Amino acid sequence: MTNHQSPTTENRLPNTDRRRWVLVVGATSGIARALVRELARHNFSLILAARDGEEMETIAADLRVRAKAEIKILHFEATTTGFVREKNDVAFWNEALEMCSGELHGLVLCHAIMPEQELAARDWKTSRAMIEANYASYVSLLNLSAAYFENRADGFIAAIGSVAGDRGRKGNYIYGSTKAALSVLMQGVRQRLAQTGVSVITIKPGPIDTAMTFGMEKLPLLVPPERVARDILRAIRQKKEIVYTPAPWRIIMTLLCLVPENFWKKMKF
Amino acid sequence: MLYPTLPFISSHFKMPNSATKNLAGWGRVPTEECRTFRPEKQRDLHALLREPITLIARGLGRAYGDAALNPSGVVLQERLNRFHAFDESSGVLDCEGGVSFAEIIEIFLPRGWFLPVTPGTKFVSVGGALACDIHGKNHHREGTFSNFVESFDLLIADGGVLRCSREENPDAFWATIGGMGLTGIITRVQFRLRHVQSAFVNVDYERVENLDAALERFDQDADYEYSVAWIDCLASGNSLGRAVLMRGRDASVEELSTPAARESPFVLPAKKPKGVPLDFPDFALNPLSIKAFNAVYYAAHPTKNAIVDFNSFFYPLDAIGNWNRIYGARGFIQYQVALPFESSRAGLIELLEKISSSGHASFLAVLKTFGNANEAPLSFPFAGHTLALDIPMTDDLPAFVRELDEITLRHNGRVYLAKDALVSPENFRAMYPRLNEWQEIKNQLDPNHKFASSLSRRLKITENE
Repeated sequence: MTNHQSPTTENRLPNTDRRRWVLVVGATSGIARALVRELARHNFSLILAARDGEEMETIAADLRVRAKAEIKILHFEATTTGFVREKNDVAFWNEALEMCSGELHGLVLCHAIMPEQELAARDWKTSRAMIEANYASYVSLLNLSAAYFENRADGFIAAIGSVAGDRGRKGNYIYGSTKAALSVLMQGVRQRLAQTGVSVITIKPGPIDTAMTFGMEKLPLLVPPERVARDILRAIRQKKEIVYTPAPWRIIMTLLCLVPENFWKKMKF
Repeated sequence: MLYPTLPFISSHFKMPNSATKNLAGWGRVPTEECRTFRPEKQRDLHALLREPITLIARGLGRAYGDAALNPSGVVLQERLNRFHAFDESSGVLDCEGGVSFAEIIEIFLPRGWFLPVTPGTKFVSVGGALACDIHGKNHHREGTFSNFVESFDLLIADGGVLRCSREENPDAFWATIGGMGLTGIITRVQFRLRHVQSAFVNVDYERVENLDAALERFDQDADYEYSVAWIDCLASGNSLGRAVLMRGRDASVEELSTPAARESPFVLPAKKPKGVPLDFPDFALNPLSIKAFNAVYYAAHPTKNAIVDFNSFFYPLDAIGNWNRIYGARGFIQYQVALPFESSRAGLIELLEKISSSGHASFLAVLKTFGNANEAPLSFPFAGHTLALDIPMTDDLPAFVRELDEITLRHNGRVYLAKDALVSPENFRAMYPRLNEWQEIKNQLDPNHKFASSLSRRLKITENE
């Protein structure tokens, strides 16, 4: 019944963030559904961006009722390429800035796709779509947003990586590689913005109990999206850099990364 | 466009993942292996309808028996829990069927709004409340939950969504109220919340020595917004049906006992969450231990007046998570019946005598007065009295309950389907004489019986005699 417990008072932070705008890209994803509730509860105003306009309307209405929050929505397409990518993303970014009168305080990038590894391995279109959605679009949006935040010298950029990006694994390596690339990308942005006071946060969740994982057998440390959302909020408030959620993944992944490649390649998971 | 969106990632027509789970109702009996789906978008529901399987929606699983079980397909509503709108002037809330009463309280009580009707737990969904046409401690004045429902959306078997209200699709409206989810999936509900001055109730506790005294005191129920009695169903002889009446009215701010409460009248006192960490062994609850508990409980509740917070008054058992585990792994049933005023006294006496002499132990049971029935053919409450009691599962319980059912029927009573796990198809038909009206509407809305549950099969609910 943890889903229904009231937020405890220590969890509730002071109402200092009213009118601070956060753009959430991939706002209809399993993680984002919980994250936007948490952000709205903490008095952020939100711009939701995703492909599914109808679903975004539903989420926006929910947040308005729950938190009396100010919510706007914006169409975003993660899987376009080349010229269209750039043209779309510049227009998208400018529109997002316009929506909040140039006062964007935070950016959270949550969009990703995870088709089956097997399908991706034999079908280039599937692999490419994953690279587009999980990596190429991040490069494009981070190029635009890093420049903006560099100039603004305040706020945060958060992106959802994955423990799958820490080490390649037979069952999930194409997806994992896009998350690994994202991780390095975020490191670079973090260094670039280090002097500005903008925090650059990489979130690395393990398996989360969303539609994506529902029905999969025996996932280790499966957590509800609400838990991940709380961890992300804490990371934003405490200006953290790399956050594993739930926390034990940091230790697990540190240990797994120490396994010599010669052994790793023979491991069966 | 040069680079069109790749179609395979489109979730529009993708079948949602499924997970096979052992499911049971709150009474933990029966348990069945069910294929479950957990849609996160309304669109996912449409994809499910195209599968050649039967389906039943499941909210928070608080129906006691087999109402939300169906091996071939259970549609979990927990992620379809979004609010659509709230009108501050009329109090009308518009939300998805998977929204829980607990969430409504969490969000709206601080703003001065509360549920118009609530059962004894807040862990129920709005869709479930409508499908069971739930009642609460104010039924004698306010009727059931559906009295406050203005309209709802029903996803029916052919994929259409019907807006149902007293004016629009009234047949589907009434058949769905109390229809146990068998007319379709309740995707969205518009209903009125109730304005309250505080999160407290001004309660009069009154200890009465037997059933006759309790029934007599119930005559003044009209003076109270809420009325319920805990009765000791193991007491016998002159004490048969001895009870503690708990009747109250919404407390005004001035009535609150501390300045802090008067300052923030909607803040519920914090309570440490308690839980039952493991199944109690079967012998833990036996006639002797329960008799002792009931005696202590009765002694501990003298006649008095008190200001009690909503959680303690409406949801005393919610403070103990998984309290159903005290009955052990064998599970339990809740036997709840309604009896009309004309025959209720005789019926209650016969039921209580049967129970207190049987060795089928039960904790304190609940007795309350019902107001009038509504128009829904399968809605449970009607004018009279209702008795509810928990009985641990044993091998001979089904036969014993059959005997209770006979007594209930003989006094023109009926059992509540949301609690039921055992009633026979024949007795069910005798208890719900308007079944054929309901069947007619069911057959129009769902001619191929796409929506089915273990309860509907057990009751042969779609068959003629």
